[in-house]
Amino acid sequence: MASSENNILLKVEDLKMHFPIYKGLIRRQVGAVHAVDGISFDVMRGETLGLVGESGCGKSTTGRAILQLYKPTAGKIVFDGTNLVSLKSEDMRLMRRKMQMIFQDPYASLNPRMTVGEIVGEPLLVHNIASGREVDEQVAHLLEIVKLNPSFSTRYPHEFSGGQRQRIGIARSLALHPSFIVCDEPISALDVSIQAQVVNLLEELQEQFNLTYLFIAHDLSMVRHISNRIAVMYLGVIVELADRDTLYEKPLHPYSQALLSAVPIPDPFAESKHKRTILQGDVPSPVNPPSGCRFRTRCPIAESVCAESRPEFRELNPGHFVACHFADRFL
Amino acid sequence: MTNTTAAKQQKLISEGDSGALRSRSPWRDATGRLMRNKASVTGLVIILFFTLLTIFAPQIAPHNPLQLNSGQGFLPPSWVEESGNGTKGIPDYPLGTDTLGRDALSRIIYGARVSMIVGFAPTAIILLMGTFVGMMAGYYGGRWDNFLMRLTDIMYGFPDLLFFIITLVALRDTWIGEFMNGLFLLFLALAVVNWVGVARLVRGQVLSLKEKEFVEAARSIGAKDSRIMMKHLLPNILGPIIVQGSFAIPSMIITEAILGYLGLGLKPTTDPEAFFITSWGSLLLEGQSAINAQPYLLLAPAICVALVVLAFTFVGDGLRDALDPRMRGTQ
Ligand SMILES: Nc1ncnc2c1ncn2[C@@H]1O[C@H](COP(=O)(O)OP(=O)(O)O)[C@@H](O)[C@H]1O
Ligand code: SF4
Ligand SMILES: [Mg+2]
Repeated sequence: MASSENNILLKVEDLKMHFPIYKGLIRRQVGAVHAVDGISFDVMRGETLGLVGESGCGKSTTGRAILQLYKPTAGKIVFDGTNLVSLKSEDMRLMRRKMQMIFQDPYASLNPRMTVGEIVGEPLLVHNIASGREVDEQVAHLLEIVKLNPSFSTRYPHEFSGGQRQRIGIARSLALHPSFIVCDEPISALDVSIQAQVVNLLEELQEQFNLTYLFIAHDLSMVRHISNRIAVMYLGVIVELADRDTLYEKPLHPYSQALLSAVPIPDPFAESKHKRTILQGDVPSPVNPPSGCRFRTRCPIAESVCAESRPEFRELNPGHFVACHFADRFL
Repeated sequence: MTNTTAAKQQKLISEGDSGALRSRSPWRDATGRLMRNKASVTGLVIILFFTLLTIFAPQIAPHNPLQLNSGQGFLPPSWVEESGNGTKGIPDYPLGTDTLGRDALSRIIYGARVSMIVGFAPTAIILLMGTFVGMMAGYYGGRWDNFLMRLTDIMYGFPDLLFFIITLVALRDTWIGEFMNGLFLLFLALAVVNWVGVARLVRGQVLSLKEKEFVEAARSIGAKDSRIMMKHLLPNILGPIIVQGSFAIPSMIITEAILGYLGLGLKPTTDPEAFFITSWGSLLLEGQSAINAQPYLLLAPAICVALVVLAFTFVGDGLRDALDPRMRGTQ
């Protein structure tokens, strides 16, 4: 993956997303959920960047803030040279043609009162791309692309299985020919038997339409197959970012190591070398995240410096970023 | 996870057997369930019956409801051989006559006009107003929301009946009170008191719906707020709104009867050209003053009010069950 500047499709710089918490009769702000707390990364044209972390660590919030479904508290999101944060709302609305989202819950993400045809065709109407018969034709084509029967377009979402619904959602996200898609745990709500089909479909579509993916998942086993690079997130920050193979073979952050040790390894020889790190305790609340390193309350190698200063997100090897004071030990 | 050839080989997937299902819109589904509810169908028949009465009153009523028949006052219904005051019912006046010798049946038939219109007109107003304000408050929050919630608190704190009596008495002789023989003012008063309930219902529904992923999906394809409200929110809250409306109708009819009984609301007229000649509430008042001479003058309109109110309540119950999303797809 060449890292020259014009290969970067999306650049996220120091993105923060805090949700205020209000209390009392006059709704005074008493605090904030630090859902995303200063993350930076690039997504290259045509690649799949996996974003992994336990549930509640801010992955969906990151995806939504990138697509401006939330107004970020701070930071820049530069897409194809345009900073989305400073766009006027009408300009952003037009920009949405280039960036789409596939949602986690195939049941909640389709309007139960609309037919499949209306759902998949809506983007075309919203942006005046087609009308009348053209919409029907394009919808039929989109359904074929995601390997659904075009005759399904007159039916309602409740008549379909989870996997079929997810395909409908994928068809909707493709309608505007976007170049970038945030896939927010698109397979974690599906039966294991269907997960592989959907991942394969996403890979085919990527090839066919030159798509760039930000692929969110809550465990490392799901992103291994599809990702080129992987970012590991913990409690609102990215702790490690590396090539897929590097991350799996030589994780440098204690949290990535712990996540990896939870992934079953097919190679028995690897298994013997593999020491298991079991994570202790729960994820702390994002309302009052720990000082210094966020992971220190659960880190097996934490020292006093970890409570005092926040470890810098630094490039230890070319393309391999880690936020840990002691990551050099694992080099 | 295997390579992509497996996915390429599988053609148009039809997981499950939904291919065999006939497609039915959620609305048709609900209508079907409503029609299988015996009480609701009975209610609908009764409502249809009274609606036809109001429309074809001049053709159906055996007499002119204003025609005085001196010497034939206080006749009992035709089936009564000898009433308390020694008179005998005659077939000409099936339900007897009032103190001035006017035909009781004809007056009840004309009175149905007021009850039906009082049921429907203010309900239509409160549904439109309540839906609009509730939608704005729930969707945009902020100032709209504060305004609505404070207003609701005030409305809920004030006794409804007292409000009706004060406004109807105070504005009785103004142009507004004279318009449509006082009916217009009655509509207004009923609407003012009842629209906040609808607004609150809609606000609550919108608040929970707008967090759903399909609304987020609509925003991410670039749909404007107006489209999201009309296409995504409204169709999904129409069910509860319809149910609320179907329960508002009988409560409006009862309120009219009570107010009419108190001598408020419609002013009974002697103008033969008037569309609204008398109301069931006014008939109750007249009947009550003649309870010893001719009890049927009170009983007949009371039974009509009860019948219509019950009919609407049955339909409301049936609608609530039929539109319950948990019932979707069941027989
Ligand atoms: N709209 C919101 N308002 C307040 N808090 C939120 C909101 N969305 C997410 N959060 C909080 O932000 C944190 C991260 O959530 P999320 O991004 O959904 O995590 P993930 O997708 O990794 O499971 C959670 O603690 C969640 O409760
Ligand atoms: S900085 Fe300290 S607490 Fe954080 S991961 Fe590294 S060793 Fe553990
Ligand atoms: Mg999530």
